[in-house]
Amino acid sequence: MKRQVESAIEKFILLNGVACIFFVVLIFLFLAREGLALFKTFSPLDFLAGTRWYPISTPPKYGILPLFLGSLIVTLGATVISVPLGMACAIFIGEIAPRWLREILKAGVELLAAIPSIVIGFIGMMTLAPWVKYLFHLPTGLTALSGAITLAFMAVPTIVSIMEDAITAVPKSYRAGSLALGATHWQTIYRVVLPAASSGIVAAVMLGIGRVIGETMAVMMITGNAAVIPTTILEPVRTMTATIAAEMGETVQGSEHYFALFAIGLVLFVISFLINMTAGAFLHRERK
Amino acid sequence: MKSRSLVFGSIIVSFFLIFAGCGAQPGQESSSIQIKGSDTMVNLGQSWAEEFMNLHPDASIAVTGGGSGTGIASIINGTCDIAQCSRAMKPEELEAAKSKGRAVREVEVAIDALAVIVHPSNPVSQLTLEQLSGIFTGTITHWKEVGGEDRPILVLSRERNSGTHVYFLEHVLRHGNDKGPEEYSPKALMMPSSQAIVEEVSQSAAAIGYVGMGYVSAREKKIAVGTAAEGPFVLPSVDTALDKTYPIARALLMYVPENHSAVVDTFLNFVLSDQGQEIVQQMDFVPLYQAPLRKKA
Repeated sequence: MKRQVESAIEKFILLNGVACIFFVVLIFLFLAREGLALFKTFSPLDFLAGTRWYPISTPPKYGILPLFLGSLIVTLGATVISVPLGMACAIFIGEIAPRWLREILKAGVELLAAIPSIVIGFIGMMTLAPWVKYLFHLPTGLTALSGAITLAFMAVPTIVSIMEDAITAVPKSYRAGSLALGATHWQTIYRVVLPAASSGIVAAVMLGIGRVIGETMAVMMITGNAAVIPTTILEPVRTMTATIAAEMGETVQGSEHYFALFAIGLVLFVISFLINMTAGAFLHRERK
Repeated sequence: MKSRSLVFGSIIVSFFLIFAGCGAQPGQESSSIQIKGSDTMVNLGQSWAEEFMNLHPDASIAVTGGGSGTGIASIINGTCDIAQCSRAMKPEELEAAKSKGRAVREVEVAIDALAVIVHPSNPVSQLTLEQLSGIFTGTITHWKEVGGEDRPILVLSRERNSGTHVYFLEHVLRHGNDKGPEEYSPKALMMPSSQAIVEEVSQSAAAIGYVGMGYVSAREKKIAVGTAAEGPFVLPSVDTALDKTYPIARALLMYVPENHSAVVDTFLNFVLSDQGQEIVQQMDFVPLYQAPLRKKA
């Protein structure tokens, strides 16, 4: 009897594990089926390289280039802001801060991760956007820059916690050896600790980027959503995620517009997949 | 062995039960109504629902927004009982509903005047439909071109799921020709809600946007709209919408399936009654007829 219970529980856990993979495969198949259906009626080239997104015109235009570039400029901006900030924070927590301060800072960073994105978006819209508008003398503060700053705040917790783990995982003997050879604390950090933790640091950056590119609500509230190809970061942009969120509710299932939104989802999936693969590859290398 | 297959069996059965639950259609109970659609009408629908539920305590009505397009998609897909729309359904949408076995009927429930708003400091106070079309399509990009200050125009539009977006596109940008070539300028900001447009206009001296009359406060300025350059230019109000001198006023609609439940029928009758139309006026929309309405409290 006992053995039967044991084996039933094992089977149950196995079933759960298999179900997870099964669902991911199902989601991918669904996404691919719905997304690729667009290309029966609309040319893939016009989809990927088209510069106009007018889904409800007749004939409709589903050019995602402005949306793709919108996502790209916001993501790049957020990366440029969040990576140095997150890295400095991780080094401080991992190498410099005394133990009591370290615990407080870690809790604070984790708390930042717990703030719902819509709240950050709302704060950004109410406080950051008017400030950006005033500072750069713009007609509106709803720009790619505002979006990038907001998203940087969301990427920082991811970057800090993974990077800090990587830094802490560097063996104590490395530091001791470096200090024994007469290196200063700072020299030890950037010549010994950071290179040793480099693969974890790259993984942290990649996962931070992954967090940013998939973010939806906050960017929708703060980037202005104009589907124009951005020439500077001070212009409104429309991201791929915001487009799906804003338009999915209105589409009729099985219409061309519906398939077009799934095709955007497919593009996002491929991008996220590549980013996670890269991060995974670096993390794996570290373990070896 | 036996107990193992029992565990598996129960798991599989529970999965089926969960999915069966998801597949159930709304509105199966005769006393509940799901209303979905226009953001412009969501507060109006909510007021009607609350008053109706006071009169009929056994009825339960849920009103959600999302935009007219959302409501239309939802009634075609069979996930709501009434779609509130600030634009008429297109022929292909009516066809889609019919082909899914859910032919719908249109009911006009109120009138809405669309106000074009700018920042109070903006010296421009009147525009023709021609100029509005130019501004929103992006051929007019500077306030100087329409007699204003020397600054570029910031164009604010509603998002594409909004009936207001489509109505304004067809009646202002395209001058009533709904198959016209005009489009919103790609530089136009797509705002997620009417409230977001009002917020942005009240903060930016360069902005111009359009919202339902009920949204306008003292922090924005309404533009008088004219059909011809020599005028007359008319400000949006209940009176000018009713006597049809204000050119950008539209019918607010409800779509119901042909074979709807009895409670939906009672609700529609309530909406069209004097009491229902009084709520329309209280919510700053224009009632269908100038009945002996009491003044707003």
